[in-house]
Amino acid sequence: MEHAVALSAAGGPSHVAGHGTGHLEEEYTTTGIRHDKMGMWVFLCSEVMFFTGLIGSYIVLRFATPLWPVPGTVLNIPLTAFNTFVLICSSVTMVQALAAVQRADYRKMKLFLCLTVLFGAFFLCIQGVEYWKLLHEGFNPHVSLFGSIFFTTTGFHGFHVLCGVICMAFVTGKALLGKYTQAYHQGIETVGLYWHFVDLVWIVLFTIIYLF
Amino acid sequence: MSTVAVAHEHAPGVHAAPTSFWRKYIFSLDHKVIGKQYMFYALFMLIVGGLLAILVRWQLAWPTKAIPFMGKLAPEGMPGGHMLPEFYNSLFTMHATIMIFFAIMPILIGAFGNFVVPIQIGARDMAFPVLNMASFWTAVPGAVVIIWSFFVTGGAAAGGWTSYAPLSAIQPKGQTLWLIALLILGLSSLLTSVNFITTIINMRAPGMTFFRMPLTTWALFITAILLLLALPVLSGAMIMLLFDRVLGTTFFLPAGLVVSGQPLKNAGGGQALLWQHLFWFFGHPEVYIMILPAMGITSEVLPVFSRKPVFGYRAMAYSMIGIAGLGFIVWGHHMFQSGMNPLLGTTFMISTMVIAVPSAIKTFNWLGTLWGGSIRFTTPMLMALSFVSMFVIGGLSGIFMASTPVDIFIHDTYFIVGHIHYVLFGGSLFGAFAGLYFWYPKMFGRMMNDTWGKVHWALTFITFNLVFFPMHFLGMRGMQRRIYTYTEYEHLKDLQPMNQFMTLSLFVLGAAQVILVVNFFLSMRRGKVAGPNPWRANTLEWQTPSPPPHENFTEIPTVYRGPYEYSAPERADDHWPQSEPPSGPVRASAH
Repeated sequence: MEHAVALSAAGGPSHVAGHGTGHLEEEYTTTGIRHDKMGMWVFLCSEVMFFTGLIGSYIVLRFATPLWPVPGTVLNIPLTAFNTFVLICSSVTMVQALAAVQRADYRKMKLFLCLTVLFGAFFLCIQGVEYWKLLHEGFNPHVSLFGSIFFTTTGFHGFHVLCGVICMAFVTGKALLGKYTQAYHQGIETVGLYWHFVDLVWIVLFTIIYLF
Repeated sequence: MSTVAVAHEHAPGVHAAPTSFWRKYIFSLDHKVIGKQYMFYALFMLIVGGLLAILVRWQLAWPTKAIPFMGKLAPEGMPGGHMLPEFYNSLFTMHATIMIFFAIMPILIGAFGNFVVPIQIGARDMAFPVLNMASFWTAVPGAVVIIWSFFVTGGAAAGGWTSYAPLSAIQPKGQTLWLIALLILGLSSLLTSVNFITTIINMRAPGMTFFRMPLTTWALFITAILLLLALPVLSGAMIMLLFDRVLGTTFFLPAGLVVSGQPLKNAGGGQALLWQHLFWFFGHPEVYIMILPAMGITSEVLPVFSRKPVFGYRAMAYSMIGIAGLGFIVWGHHMFQSGMNPLLGTTFMISTMVIAVPSAIKTFNWLGTLWGGSIRFTTPMLMALSFVSMFVIGGLSGIFMASTPVDIFIHDTYFIVGHIHYVLFGGSLFGAFAGLYFWYPKMFGRMMNDTWGKVHWALTFITFNLVFFPMHFLGMRGMQRRIYTYTEYEHLKDLQPMNQFMTLSLFVLGAAQVILVVNFFLSMRRGKVAGPNPWRANTLEWQTPSPPPHENFTEIPTVYRGPYEYSAPERADDHWPQSEPPSGPVRASAH
């Protein structure tokens, strides 16, 4: 309960100063966990079910189809493996950014946040190149069931990364403006939760769609 | 979150109420205003859905008989007033879609959930007020798109509310709009459920433990969890179906599909049955999404008007959790006739039957609450009692269709239609009416007219049964659901008089709702001033003025006891508000 009270509510340290102690009640939460963190966890439960639906459909369709192409003959696995590595790196830098702000190392925080955004954007670029090549090779959503599944699942994951990059860019912008402190950095933690989730989904998708 | 930064000079945590018309009534962040917005939205869509039902029933009573003015209103679907089969299909599809997604869910979750939950747990607002506003204003374009779909070429969606593939993958444009509308609404519901769950976990007033929460809040909490986990699966399925329609994917289009004698070009490899699994994985929790809030409202109303604690409070909460949990493993019972391993069918049959246990616990607890109470037959009480009795009928007919051998006989007949209306109208809608009459004084500060309320109740209750009970007989006689002209079958011809009787009863049922509408609007001006606690109820929403001020409470209440401590023997007063501090030598808590 205490740390929830200690954290500021609204938009960063500037507000804390403006509100003084008059706003302590705003920070009261029953569990001591802040709303945005709790809300993000709840939202991620829903996201798990969304991807479970898509992945479950993939499994059902794949096992019901007698002739499923070997993924490696259609997809460029080394390129995507490298892309997976990029996304995992972005999760590492995300962790580093949060750790940095928690020990009040604001220079490292900014650096690692910028790196996370860059890695995320880079992932999207590589995925774009991958899509562009596949479409030119005649592999598209309506060529086969594999095409339908591939573009739907990886496309929705890409959309999630895009949303993540936009949110991350927003948080990074705030960080560059010096809005986050050791005591107040909820935005970084919340967007980080989402970011790690998207990373995790990708590892599952890469495994079962590209490698399996 | 930026709203937090507005006010400094007020008492801790209290913000100034917005003064401009737009911020106050249209783009309000206040959960109470958003609740009322949902209520008007839902009541409007309820009327739209009801009118569609009247057209459906007209066709069933007097097949293909012309309605001249409809020829002008819907020249494509009803040329010269004669209903085309395709238009009939659109009508029942849209009736169900609108009632389920645009009327029942918004009124139970959007309206009562938004208005009641934050006050009942002693919070100033939802956890995310901006998100809350976004939920409502996302739901509005959903309704616009679904109504718009009537006016596109080929008319509105006509594949039934279940939109079974592959039919739904190849139908005209209206089906695409149906999918888009429901995807928009799904996003709105997702935001709502995240907001509700966070609010209820995180914003309870001091002393408001989970097992001191009123059962309405409990019900909406569990409903929000169901929405959160079931709806994304439907969203995924609808996206796949949408892609089948617009991108040429083949998720639900099997190889070698022939449509109107022509082989379908893009068909190949998909599984039509997969849609049914995904749909019902959502669809069965969905029926609990629609009934649990009504159960919560009933559990709220019965103790207040019996002046007795609810019987088995914890059992009530646990049985709702049980119903919700079991709701995720029974979806196959909608698909017994779709082709299923009999062993799997038996598993689904057993898990479905097990749901009767928590449902019966609830029913007997409601009866136990009434037993020996000082019952007051107010309108909300009559509505809640109707809920209990109609839910029992709907619940029992549910057991018929859960058993695989019986389901072979009654599947896709009017027996099913009768069952769903007993739980959705007799259950959910009577629950919504109970909530409407119960919380109206809190919402608008004035009482609804009780006499006219009772007239509305009596007419609705009687005609409801006259319309829907015969459906069981029709189903047993083999009349199919979704049938355009049953009179063309020799063995169903003699069912026409019964169908005519049902349609005439529906006219009275529809007309009776005018009483509600008039009473609703007239009481806003002319009703008796309610005062903070006209029903002498214990829960927190009644311990603050009617309507509650901006941010609900001048001071956040502290909760000392459970929500239903009525007629405590050691007190002269028969109610004992949750927030009243214990005083003197009385025992500290009734637990």
